[in-house]
Amino acid sequence: MDEELERDEKVFLLGEEVAQYDGAYKVSRGLWKKYGDKRIIDTPISEMGFAGIAVGAAMAGLRPICEFMTFNFSMQAIDQVINSAAKTYYMSAGLQPVPIVFRGPNGASAGVAAQHSQCFAAWYGHCPGLKVVSPWNSEDAKGLIKSAIRDNNPVVMLENELMYGVAFELPEAAQSKDFLVPIGKAKIERPGTHITVVSHSRPVGHCLEAATVLSKEGIECEVINMRTIRPMDIETIEASVMKTNHLVTVEGGWPQFGVGAEISARIMEGPAFNYLDAPAVRVTGADVPMPYAKILEDNSVPQVKDIIFAIKKALNI
Amino acid sequence: MLAAVSRVLAGAARKPASRVLVASRSFASDATFEIRKCDLHRLEEGPPETAVLTREDGLRYYKMMQTVRRLELKADQLYKQKIIRGFCHLCDGQEACCVGLEAGINPTDHLITAYRAHGFTFTRGLTVREILAELTGRRGGCAKGKGGSMHMYAKNFYGGNGIVGAQVPLGAGIALACKYNGKEEVCLTLYGDGAANQGQIFEAYNMAALWKLPCIFICENNRYGMGTSVERAAASTDYYKRGDFIPGLRVDGMDVLCVREATKFAAAHCRAGKGPILMELQTYRYHGHSMSDPGVSYRTREEIQEVRSKSDPIMLLKDRMVNNDLASVEELKEIDVEVRKEIEDAAQFATADPEPPLEELGYHIYCNDPPFEVRGANQWIKFKSVS
Repeated sequence: MDEELERDEKVFLLGEEVAQYDGAYKVSRGLWKKYGDKRIIDTPISEMGFAGIAVGAAMAGLRPICEFMTFNFSMQAIDQVINSAAKTYYMSAGLQPVPIVFRGPNGASAGVAAQHSQCFAAWYGHCPGLKVVSPWNSEDAKGLIKSAIRDNNPVVMLENELMYGVAFELPEAAQSKDFLVPIGKAKIERPGTHITVVSHSRPVGHCLEAATVLSKEGIECEVINMRTIRPMDIETIEASVMKTNHLVTVEGGWPQFGVGAEISARIMEGPAFNYLDAPAVRVTGADVPMPYAKILEDNSVPQVKDIIFAIKKALNI
Repeated sequence: MLAAVSRVLAGAARKPASRVLVASRSFASDATFEIRKCDLHRLEEGPPETAVLTREDGLRYYKMMQTVRRLELKADQLYKQKIIRGFCHLCDGQEACCVGLEAGINPTDHLITAYRAHGFTFTRGLTVREILAELTGRRGGCAKGKGGSMHMYAKNFYGGNGIVGAQVPLGAGIALACKYNGKEEVCLTLYGDGAANQGQIFEAYNMAALWKLPCIFICENNRYGMGTSVERAAASTDYYKRGDFIPGLRVDGMDVLCVREATKFAAAHCRAGKGPILMELQTYRYHGHSMSDPGVSYRTREEIQEVRSKSDPIMLLKDRMVNNDLASVEELKEIDVEVRKEIEDAAQFATADPEPPLEELGYHIYCNDPPFEVRGANQWIKFKSVS
């Protein structure tokens, strides 16, 4: 964000506690000190209001980054995201773009209970007009936020609170101020031959862990990091399935109408279906509001053991 | 004099030997105190400027406030030990609000608040055991460990709500039900200074006024919405006036008697069918916004210390009682000891009680439905859902 704020003076950040508090999760640390009140704006607790204000500013040519302290609170503002931001370019037949980024942590955290743990990938991914990205590691986060800010469309960036504190080795190329991760392109994090495992956000790490365990048993998983929910890079998934003949999807959100459900449907519609040796398997969050107690919470999110189990089932092992 | 002595001796008969020494001294049965005049908005008259405190009530308020205080401090400790997880928003400093409000209403009235709710959960009738066990996520918790800090419920207490401001229309709805049922019950609908800038609150104000709902909107103004001071969040910080067409009063939220009298006044207003009313309680939290917030990046330690030394609600009540012969210092110390023990016992329970059984993960999704299957992390993991 710092690089993009420096690069284009039309870019600004608004949200709760983003300025003087340095960000609820310290994501915007140092930005207010560097850029001041005009570019880094602390808002009152008025999501519907400030999301609308951000969309209006985007319509008038600025490039706002609108932070939701978590995407759970975006529900209060979702009308502005969908009806005012996502649909407008279409409704105006190309006259009115809305170059806005909505970002913030999404999905489960640790012990924050039902109202603070929902994953919105499926909800936002459902809507034409929106782009929806979901970074896993540092490279993803950096490259996607920059692409999102430079994109002239409304982009929803679903970050993950538990990943904020995880450090990754950043390759040389990713350290450039012009390093971008293209929106709409998935990445194969780990090539493999026996099964395609597709995921987004934090669960990508769990998939890689599962792949390491299974590798010792002679099972080589191809782990795909979606990076973008919408527009979905189904081609990369299809090519992989056509190679491995097996598919497991992994997500943190609820199963019904989820990301895995969409992938499964599209695979059936395309060339990869005939290459499947078994039905696609979905690993998801449990179909319950997130419970607080640790044992219940642990069993409500996909764990490495659940992924391993699903992979073996898909491979009929 | 004789009546007082006999009452005191009768009290002594129930208590252990050590108490007899204390009980042999006589106390006043009540005393009258001056309380701060409330600022008024669209009201000709406000609550009385004096309050009568009986010894019995005083001891009860003292014990309740001290219980909330020690409960919160225990939660702080357990959180630092990682026995409590997730979010934990403490209300120490604000005890006069929950205790004073409860003193001004009936158990058959209703109350709803946001996430800084442990104090209200207690004053509305749950035990410290159930509260602490819920915080630690155990089966003995009031929500069987499924809700945690922000989602505790009791009879006529509707939580414990995580989404800032959302509880306010809910409270207006509860008030609608009160009016609908015709039993002259009222609903206390609480929110903070941060939440006061939520649009849905103004929508609730409008409908409550239009339909004359018996809703007492209460802004617990502790000067900071998370890390943002009131001046940086609100174009008008006169929260008691922000109901515009709704009459309002601004109350000293550190004085349990001021809160009580204001609440009685407000409840009477609603019960008389005059429609909603708004109370702003000026109060202060010692802790940061939550356990993740040290609370000193946006306010000074001096400010916190000043409030503690000059306006602490428990200290204010104690001084009043001791200086007016309603209680002795020793007696109040005994209550402190009692409270500490109660909290310690509850904490032990809360730490030792087992977690809820995994089989119950899918329970309580729907109400009054036949049992069904709930999908777990993959299609082979199934949980039973029972209503």
